[in-house]
Amino acid sequence: MRLDELPAPVPAHIDTAGSATARQPLARRFSAWLFRDHGAEPTPIVLTQRRVFVLPTRAGLAFAGALAAMLIGAINYQLPLGFALTFLLAGLGHSAILHTFRNLARLEIEAGTAAPVFCGDPARFTLRLINCRSNARYALQLRSAGALARIDQIEPQASSLAEVLLPTQRRGWLGLPRVTLETRYPLGFIRAWSYLQPDMSVLVWPRPEPAPPPLPWGSGSAGGIAASAAGRDDFSGLRNYQPGDSPRHIAWKAAAGGGPLLTKHFSGMQAGNVVLRWDDLPPQMDSESRLSRLAAWVERANAGGIVWRLDLPGCSLGPGEGIGHRNACLNALALFGQPRESA
Amino acid sequence: MRLAGSARVRAMWLAASVAVTLAPHVNTLPTWLSGFAALMLLWLCWIVLHGLRLPPRWLMLVVVGGAVAGVLLTFHSPLGKDPGVALLTAFLALKLLETRAPRDGYVVVLLCYFMQLAQFFANQSIATAGLTLLGTVVTMATLITLNSERLGTTERLRLSGLMLAQAVPFMLVLFVLFPRVDKPLWGLPSDAFGGSTGLSDSMTPGSISDLTLSGAIAFRVRFDGFTPAAAQRYWRGPVMNDFDGRTWRVASARMLAKVPYQVSGPRTSYELTLEPHNRPWLFALEMPGGTPDNATLMSDYQLVSRTPVRNRLRYMLSAHTAVRPGRSEDAAILEAALQLPPDFNPRTRELAQSLRSENADGAALIAAALRHFSLSKFTYTLSPPLLGRDSVDEFLFDTRRGFCEHFASSFVFLMRAAGMPARVVTGYQGGEINPVDDYLEVRQSDAHAWAEVWVANQGWLRADPTATVAPSRVQGGLAMAVPEGEPLPLALRPAFSWVREIRYRLDAVNNGWNQWILGYNPQRQKELLERLGMQSPDWHTMTIAMSVLCGLIMLALAGWALAQRGRLDPLQRAWERLSQKLAPAGLARKAWEGPLDYAERVGLARPELAAAVREIARDYCGLRYGAGQPAAPDKAARQLVSRINRLHP
Repeated sequence: MRLDELPAPVPAHIDTAGSATARQPLARRFSAWLFRDHGAEPTPIVLTQRRVFVLPTRAGLAFAGALAAMLIGAINYQLPLGFALTFLLAGLGHSAILHTFRNLARLEIEAGTAAPVFCGDPARFTLRLINCRSNARYALQLRSAGALARIDQIEPQASSLAEVLLPTQRRGWLGLPRVTLETRYPLGFIRAWSYLQPDMSVLVWPRPEPAPPPLPWGSGSAGGIAASAAGRDDFSGLRNYQPGDSPRHIAWKAAAGGGPLLTKHFSGMQAGNVVLRWDDLPPQMDSESRLSRLAAWVERANAGGIVWRLDLPGCSLGPGEGIGHRNACLNALALFGQPRESA
Repeated sequence: MRLAGSARVRAMWLAASVAVTLAPHVNTLPTWLSGFAALMLLWLCWIVLHGLRLPPRWLMLVVVGGAVAGVLLTFHSPLGKDPGVALLTAFLALKLLETRAPRDGYVVVLLCYFMQLAQFFANQSIATAGLTLLGTVVTMATLITLNSERLGTTERLRLSGLMLAQAVPFMLVLFVLFPRVDKPLWGLPSDAFGGSTGLSDSMTPGSISDLTLSGAIAFRVRFDGFTPAAAQRYWRGPVMNDFDGRTWRVASARMLAKVPYQVSGPRTSYELTLEPHNRPWLFALEMPGGTPDNATLMSDYQLVSRTPVRNRLRYMLSAHTAVRPGRSEDAAILEAALQLPPDFNPRTRELAQSLRSENADGAALIAAALRHFSLSKFTYTLSPPLLGRDSVDEFLFDTRRGFCEHFASSFVFLMRAAGMPARVVTGYQGGEINPVDDYLEVRQSDAHAWAEVWVANQGWLRADPTATVAPSRVQGGLAMAVPEGEPLPLALRPAFSWVREIRYRLDAVNNGWNQWILGYNPQRQKELLERLGMQSPDWHTMTIAMSVLCGLIMLALAGWALAQRGRLDPLQRAWERLSQKLAPAGLARKAWEGPLDYAERVGLARPELAAAVREIARDYCGLRYGAGQPAAPDKAARQLVSRINRLHP
């Protein structure tokens, strides 16, 4: 699908954007200032030195402790070469700070693809890390909300792709949360990291109902296409009633005889036009179940090569067919009832 | 846990770190422990090469227990420097077989650093420093491997070399400016020092000739005044007064508050750098005109330091080569200098009596005794025959082959038997000027023993029977004096003059190392800083200077780290230029526009360029994103760049 068919996403973390108001505690404002936590930012993001933070790791602290012990040993036993070794290692520690910093600084991050997914499937955010330097970069890690991606190497003046997989729980826009890009290369004594929040969102479609009832042929009254086609089809059998089956297709005679509620099935259902209508769904269904069912129907209709129309309160899509129409319908379902985006 | 490919690379690097770190310790560690460590290393290599599992934890516990028990059995105590180093060695070797997580790798490397420091207890030579540097490079490369498996071996080593080069300025600044203290911060374990060679406080036949087999430097001297002739260079050490028939021992002596003799005659001054020998005495050219700090002159004119010389020690002294001390000597001292064990060496006593009766004057008696030595056919040799109970008798009348301790011992015995107060003085004689740096080098092979006889109204006179028997010994050194074929140190043999030449150079380098690196103590630090223009350097100013210089180095290196503007490669630059060329026509590339889309848009707007631009865009995509890179990407890129340059919209 093409991304430009998507409606523009709501800026992620709209609640934190421009949030350094006087009501916040000082520490949080300081942290927001220090780490430039100002919400989503447009890409490409360049990790300037102001954005790269450096602190020792636990191994680095152990190294510093070892150096202190070695210095005391050198003083106490009057070992000139002990001094020299300790000072050399201290210099190496400093050099490690620079190399670790350098491994991250001036890296560029571009937003890659962020294709829509069904709710429950992992959202896949692709970031392109661009190394404009003439030295390779090694051993970078990308973390975001518990997800972890490793980038072993970026060649000089080349780029690598990193994928962040995030779980999805709700339909609608899922913004990429704050990403921590970090490295401990080369010695592991120092951790350099940077916080960034590329302006990326994945549209999460409603999860299709696992076993939906058959497509609602000819139900409703709108548009004559579906209604005119459905009536002439041949009766092909009965099956168990499922919530949402049109009352017109229920085998009332069988039901009146004390039997189970059955729905009449017509063979012509595979070839005609379908209207998927929010309002025709049984009134006891909540809106998320309705969206789930509609999503499942859209998928089924698309798979069957059928022309369909989706009627939602306040918007109607189609009739149409094919992957583009399917995506448009799923997008509409994903965003149904959510605030109209401003962007 | 079976080792995966990357874990195997890590394990091999860790093994290399440990091997390089432990190799210099082989000399000092107990043999079984060196073998044990080597075994552990081989075990790990076996595991890695065959892709086996690391040994189970219980097995490692058993081996750890065994190693600890072995160390305790060897040293009888877990405390002290040597057992500590031994335990560290065992743990390091074992930890290697237990590196499961990356954290364990860091533990191994940090232990390696401790072991690299520990090797300086035994040896701080240039070679050790070189080995340590190698160890540092390998451990760095190991740390890099722990963090990234993508680099090749040369890249790892190159990066560690680069980091090392960046660390060296820090090391130099800190080494020069870090305030040094003279005393340890707290008491050291009793075994902190040991195993140094040098003269001892007793002398038996053979003790000095054993010492002369060592070519090691005893001390170095830089003369400020004139350099006395070789035959005048008697470096006074322990004075032996007590004799039990076989062994001469240092007697207890009083401390003198000041130099007891009148100094007059030729005077020279010098700076002496004494190698640590773990004994309190200092060496001084006869006779010293004063005492260094923290040292006193004893009543037998021996210089003794308050603490054993455990570090290389530098002191300034003056010498008065013509002074004869002790003109008014204590009666008790003279009495002690006449003591002889009874019932020893009857023949020598006889000879003494006859000399006594022939010479009434003390000086004449000494001359007659020396004459006896020169007339009897004595041989100066490094390998004298063994002597029995009456060692002096056997030496003087039977074997007549001996080294300086035989001559000095028998001469003093003879003098005492003749009623002259006499004593043995040990020390060094002669020494060699190193033509490379003009330092006088005095080696263990210059160890010597001579006699001192007291004559009324004249004081103590030096009498060296060795000089009488083998004059070349005191004029030209040991190599000139001993017969050919004696087991001299290689460099002392005349046939190996080129060895001598090399040795001079090496010794000069070593001396520089000792003077400036190992001998960099508070005094030298002060001297150097004053010479560099720092007025009255104390720890305060040194700390400030150190911080400022370190800050400057940090800034310089930070500048290097930041100096990496985002440079575009030529291909990218040419692609950007294409957009700039088309910009006047309103056809600049949009930020979001891919190359192919852009080419399409240009082609629609400017059909005459369509073919060329499409081709450029296609090739550009191929070079930049193409999965199948062309055989010669550089050449293809250059061609594309020139095609873009030739395009004239």
